[in-house]
Amino acid sequence: MENNPEINNLHLPDEIEVELEQAESRFKSMWYVLKANKAAMVGLVIITLLLFIAFFGKLLMPYNPYVGDLSKSLQAPSAAHLLGMDEQGRDILSRIIDGTKVSLRVGIIAVAFALSIGTFFGSIAAYYSGKVDMIIMRFMDILLAIPSLLLAIAFMTALGRGIDKAIIAIGFVTIPEYARIVRASILSVKESEFVQAAKVIGNRDSVIIFKHILPNVLSPIIVRATLGISSAILDTAALGFLGLGVQPPYAEWGSMLGSGRGYFFNAPYIVLFPGIAITITVLAFNLLGDGLRDALDPKLRK
Amino acid sequence: MSEVLLEVKNLKKYFTSKTGFFGQPLEHVKAVDDVSFNIYKGETLGLVGESGCGKTTIGRMLVNLLHPTSGDIFFEGTHISELKKNDHKKFCRSIQIIFQDPYASLNPRMTIGDIIAEPIKINKLAKGEELEKMVLQLLDYVGLASYHRNRYPHEFSGGQRQRVGIARALAVHPELIVCDEPVSALDVSIQSQVLNLLKDLQDEFHLTYLFIAHGLNVIKHISDRVGVMYLGKLMEVADSDKLYADPKHPYTQALLSAIPIPDPMKKKERILLSGDVPSPINPPSGCRFHTRCIKCMEICKRQEPQLKEVEENHKVACHLY
Repeated sequence: MENNPEINNLHLPDEIEVELEQAESRFKSMWYVLKANKAAMVGLVIITLLLFIAFFGKLLMPYNPYVGDLSKSLQAPSAAHLLGMDEQGRDILSRIIDGTKVSLRVGIIAVAFALSIGTFFGSIAAYYSGKVDMIIMRFMDILLAIPSLLLAIAFMTALGRGIDKAIIAIGFVTIPEYARIVRASILSVKESEFVQAAKVIGNRDSVIIFKHILPNVLSPIIVRATLGISSAILDTAALGFLGLGVQPPYAEWGSMLGSGRGYFFNAPYIVLFPGIAITITVLAFNLLGDGLRDALDPKLRK
Repeated sequence: MSEVLLEVKNLKKYFTSKTGFFGQPLEHVKAVDDVSFNIYKGETLGLVGESGCGKTTIGRMLVNLLHPTSGDIFFEGTHISELKKNDHKKFCRSIQIIFQDPYASLNPRMTIGDIIAEPIKINKLAKGEELEKMVLQLLDYVGLASYHRNRYPHEFSGGQRQRVGIARALAVHPELIVCDEPVSALDVSIQSQVLNLLKDLQDEFHLTYLFIAHGLNVIKHISDRVGVMYLGKLMEVADSDKLYADPKHPYTQALLSAIPIPDPMKKKERILLSGDVPSPINPPSGCRFHTRCIKCMEICKRQEPQLKEVEENHKVACHLY
């Protein structure tokens, strides 16, 4: 049918140009939806701010976060020390600023690690079903059956100490959660006619999974991933508390919570402010995630 | 009659409905049980039957979405399992499908243009500017405008979406298109538009259709020959005119008597079928229809009738003939 002369002579160039412009505008329209979503923009601003603090924190710190003055230990917030002092007389604000870099890294890398591997195995299990599904998911069940912190500790003893290894261990133990969510979501759309249609026209399996199935099941995955950032930060704290992962005196939000929890009743600000830092970070990722989900959905786009 | 395009021989598809502890199959749903038919080049073969009689399963097997339990499919004389890898790809391209539900058959995240361009890209039929041209051509063929191509499926009505589905099937120059109840999800006024579009396209591109439907009037409108299915079996195959004028099988007679006549004064004797369709897990012995047949004989309960030619181009599976 491509040999139909009448249609080949259609005046096309202008039209194609218009089409190209429209394709470009698809990204623009996504951006407009995101921009119109105030909550998502708040999230984006906070994340930008956090990244800025992570990179240029050294310039913003009012005090050295590692030099304490024991005489000022547990001092309440004041004009000089806005967020108060911790048990060793170190400025909490400076420590929170210094910890931003580590906490963000832990949260983002651990989730990215778990998300990508979990998505990979989850989609393979759901798509091919049968024995493949059985083997992958039973292995995931084994991982889930062991308390995740215990498993992470086991990994740490095998890998050795250090923040990088803690990130890998935490990422690894959360793989099954993502695999399960991805698998369940894929099962719900796998039999749809548009997936069948994609098979009939000769698509490769990987294209069907990544182009046709995954974009249609993004919502639960995005929500889980944004929440996963907070649990990754807290798990790192737990590992640090056990002497694995982030070691004292290094400032990290989770370990600040851990080491300050004994002073909760007489100096609540020691745990309050690092806790707020974690909450704000998680909230920001969550808001942005929700906004992204809406912006990626053509039904909600103008 | 012209050349045979597709030949189906003793096609069976059993789905396992119950498995034992070690995964061994215990019970089968006999969705398609020993069906044979030919499709000739350029014709439209209609396939009618109640829900669950296996007509959609046959369509899915032809486009390779399901693998037959047993039986042979010959395409242009070649057994499809004997095709080499390259030929196999070409064969897959040659048979396309239009789905029943236009709301479910288009990826909601892709634009209409991308949906139509995808099969062309995958099969490397064109790229760049040529691809753009082909997409615009296809949109034109199915009666959509070029500005529609940057829109998403949810912006269209059911009839328009079905047109997109048709354009996608046409994109790879197929020879046979399986139309799996393509109009049953549409309004009556839109149904005729889509049916006429299918007819026009058939004339223009010399397409062959396997048209699956449960609406007898739709089938009559579009088919050259009609096959009537019941519980996974083909009961009667005949030229469309013959079948509607002189149905042989009691099941076909009952189906045709159920078509309403648009004339309130005209009285028509209706054959009312009693009972439900038996379960395809455990179909009745002998003729599958004997539990509901008004002309049931003793032999029908014991012996399964074979599909045999009783008149020229008129095959029936019934002990009456």
